[in-house]
Order: sequence, then C-alpha cells, then structure tokens
Amino acid sequence: MDSGRSMPRMKNNLQAREQRRAAAVMMTPLLLTLFFLFLLPVAFVVMMSFTNWSLTTPTRAFVGLKNFLFVLKDERFWKALGNTVFYTAIKLVADTGLALFIATLLDRKLHLRRFFRIAHFAPVVVPITASSLIWLWFYDPGIGPLNQILVSLGLPAMQWLYSEKTALLSVILFSVWKGLGYNVILFLAGLQSIPESYLEAARIDGASENQVFFKIKLPLLAPVTSFVIMMGVINCLKVFTEVDVMTPNHGPLESTLLLVSYIYDQSFTRGKMGRGAATALLLFLLIFGFTLLQRAFGRKNVSYD
Amino acid sequence: MNKKKRKRYPAVFIFLTLSSLLMIFPFVWMFLSSFKTSADVYSYPPQWIPSSFQLGNFLEVFKKIPFLRFYANSIVIAIVQTFLQILISAMGAFALTKLEFPGRKKMFTFMQSSMYVPEVVTMIPLFLLASWAGLVDTYAGLILGGLICAFTTILLMSFFEIIPNDLLDAAKIDGCGYYRIFLQVVIPNSRTAIGTASLFAFLTHWRSYMWPLIITNNVKLRTLPIGLKYLVQETSSEYQVLMAASLMAIIPVLLVYMLMEKEFVQSITLTGLKS
Repeated sequence: MDSGRSMPRMKNNLQAREQRRAAAVMMTPLLLTLFFLFLLPVAFVVMMSFTNWSLTTPTRAFVGLKNFLFVLKDERFWKALGNTVFYTAIKLVADTGLALFIATLLDRKLHLRRFFRIAHFAPVVVPITASSLIWLWFYDPGIGPLNQILVSLGLPAMQWLYSEKTALLSVILFSVWKGLGYNVILFLAGLQSIPESYLEAARIDGASENQVFFKIKLPLLAPVTSFVIMMGVINCLKVFTEVDVMTPNHGPLESTLLLVSYIYDQSFTRGKMGRGAATALLLFLLIFGFTLLQRAFGRKNVSYD
Repeated sequence: MNKKKRKRYPAVFIFLTLSSLLMIFPFVWMFLSSFKTSADVYSYPPQWIPSSFQLGNFLEVFKKIPFLRFYANSIVIAIVQTFLQILISAMGAFALTKLEFPGRKKMFTFMQSSMYVPEVVTMIPLFLLASWAGLVDTYAGLILGGLICAFTTILLMSFFEIIPNDLLDAAKIDGCGYYRIFLQVVIPNSRTAIGTASLFAFLTHWRSYMWPLIITNNVKLRTLPIGLKYLVQETSSEYQVLMAASLMAIIPVLLVYMLMEKEFVQSITLTGLKS
C-alpha cells in the first residue's frame, strides 16, 4: 500500500529513472543561474586579480601579485578600511544596544503596540535612495532643520556631511535610523519565544525585573544577539548605497570612502578592474572570516526545553 | 504584582511614543515639505506647515526626470525578477527536498556556498560577462544579473520539507507525474511560504542599487533608486522637489507595508533566524 515499495522491481527502476529525469529538469534553471551568476564570476574575478585588466583599454596581461601589493600599499585603501572599521564599530554598538532596549520595551502588552512596531520598522522597508533624500535636507548646513534646531537652542551650527569630522558620523546616524527596526524585530521575536513560565518562576522566587532581564532573558537571547552582531558586521563591511547617495564623491577629504566605494571607484571610475578584483577578494576574505565566526557562535544553540 | 507592573507602564509608554515619533518624523517632514514653495523652504524660522498645499513640486519632478518611466521600470523589473526567482527556486527546492537523484547533496552545498560571496565580489566580472553577451543597457541584463536564487531556494526548502511525503505518495498512486505533483500539490500547499518569499524577493529587487547602477547608462533604463540618485545631482537644493519625488517613491511601499505588516515581520524573522 505505502507508495511503490511493494511494487515489482522493474516498475521501481522505471520510477527511479522518471524521478531522476524530473529532478534534472527541475534543477537545470537553478544550476544555470548558479553557474552564470556565481561560479563563472568567482573564477573570473580570481583570474582578473592577477592581471592588469582595464575597463577602457584592451590590456589584460598577467601581472602576478602586483595588484595585491598595490592595494596593500595604497593609502586610500587603508583609509577606506579604517573608515569601514569606524563605521562598523559605531553603527554596531548604537544599533544593537538601541534595538535590544526598544525590543525589551515592546515585549509587553501595551496600548498602541502595533503603532510602535510599525513606526520603528517603517524606515527599513522604504528604498534607501528615497529616504536618504530627506536626510540630505536635514543635514543641509544652511536650511536644514537640524541646524535650525541647534541654532534656536543657542548651539553652534554643524557642517554635517560637509565636514571631514562629521561626514561619516552623519551617514552612520542615517543608517542607524534606517536599520534599527530590523534588529528590533529580530530581538522581539527572540524575546517572545522565551517561555512565560521561566519568567513567572523567577518572579515568584522574588527576582526583580532587572534580574529577570539580565539573568534570564539576556542569556536566552544569546543566539539572536550573536546573529545580530555578526550579520551587522558583515552588512557594514558591504555598505555602499547610503554613502554613494549621500556623499557621491566620497565626502570631504574622502572621509566617507568605504571599502566597497574603493572597489567601485577602482573598477568603474578609474577602470582598473584588476585592482578592483584584487580588493574585492580581500574584502571577501574579511567577510568570510566573520561568516565562519558567526557559524561557530551560531552552533551553540540554546534550548528552551 | 499586577499593580506594580501597571505602574511601570507610563514610562515605557512615553518613551516608546517619543522614539516612534522620532522614527516617523522624517516621513512627516517629507510629506509636509513636498507641498511647500521654495519661499517656505528658505524661510527662517523654519516653516513646518506649507503656506498652501500646491502640487507644483510633483509636476516639477515629472518635468525634470522621466519619473513615470523610472517607476514603470522598477515595477516591471522587480516583478519579473521576483517571478523568475520564485519559479527557479521553487523547482530547485522541490527537487532538493522531495526527489532522489545522484549528486543531490553536492548540489545543495554548491548552492549554499554561493551565499558566502557578496555582490561586490561578483559584480566586476558579471559586468564584463554581461557586456560580452550584449546585455549592457538591456532589460534582460538588468533582470537576469540581479537574480538571487540560493537564498530563496533555502527558504522554500525549509517549507517544502514540512509537506508530508504521504501527500505526494497519494498523488503518485492517483497517477500524477512529478510535474503535476509540483504544480498541483506542492505549490498550493505552500502558498504562505511562497507569499513570504515573494514579498522578501520583491523588496530586495525594488531597493536594489548596485547592479542597476553598473549595468545601465541609458537614462530610459534607470530604475527608481538610480533615478533618484541622479535627481539629487540635477536639482542641487530644491529640496521641496526632492521631497515630492521621495514621497512618490515611498508611498506605495509604505502602504503595502502597513497592510501586510504581519507578513513583513514574518519574512524578517524567518529569513533572519533560519539562515
């Protein structure tokens, strides 16, 4: 009765062959996209990183490790790396801390809870290019509302995106506003999956709300927290859209030049595709390292049973 | 105990109200400002409410850039990409979860490894491949180059795995071939999953920036995000016009989001915590 297991052998063979044929048909489009969008480009980018491939002229000679040496000696690369590390550090601390705090507040029965959730998540869903236009105005040193507020409070006006000191911070502030809700949702889901009975038991034993948070909720949230932090690092290393829209020319004194902007600039603006490819590979190694780290942390799953 | 809890609420409530207002303030500012005149924008102290609700800024957007064209491009491209991506991924996910064939595990690992490689690494060679194939400045190039199937496939696999094999076996006994099982049993039984995956895919493509930026030079092929980038460079500081453009780009997404808030949140928690 149960499926074809009791059927004669010949029919079984026929079925297996039919199944394999169906699988081949179903897998072909997927394998084709993987071949053209992943395997071929990856092989190609490795190959390119050893050549002086140019976008504008047909030069493409083998140059060994020259691109890597160039990049590693290039001041702009180190500047981009430094900026990226700065960006990642500030954004991560602000983002994770705030998101955890807000999620903890949202994790209770409240009036208007739905509104609160929608409000915090709304910036996540809109296209970055659209929402960054609003912030370009906020940051305008002359007619931007931020400076108007500062001046009306008797504080000095700031140059925001137009000063070497504050340009990257301004982009980060926008980016925190834009991305906060995503982590809030993740933390909230984590908090809500903690069984109520644990918290009740602790409260009956006389634990204060602070103790409940630090001794029970926070340790049980560890897998979510490590995911949020690691994904945060990886996403920060890949940031491009917001810096490109808000500071199209890498900001004052290239203070918003990030790794991806450097790669884009080398490959497409200057046409040095070999150098771009070499930098892209270095960035990949960096990201891959963090991915492995995340995997290692992620394995330590917390069980609620 | 309950009393104590209730006492704590006002502070939480006030804080969340304030932070929520802070979060939506940029949208409110954008909405009000899209009706302002240039005099309103430059007035000091800042004028919060526009002096008159005039639509001139919206008309100005259409005059400055082919906004509707960008809009149509974005919609068509994102829809086609979502459809293709879901179709390719659903077929693959079905084969990988429900069919026996040699090399299945290897193919899965191969697919999984593609997720470790960020877009910025593949985009340089992908651009060259596209240009050799004559796909620069074409819809085909925009659409095909932006497909991201591995993630969708893995997401769908986690749903297909739950579909009981008995259901498929029953269909087999009734004489269904594998294609009919896929179309008439698996797909209808995973409507929610496909909905979630589609929503997520659509959002990704709707916001996509780097690939459309690289693969198009022709103004006619620009998508909304790229069009807005260039609008900034062309309008200098006519912020009221930028706000009108931004409003038009944001409203549909915000509306869909508010109507489908639950699905959005679900797609985030699923895609976020599963991977």
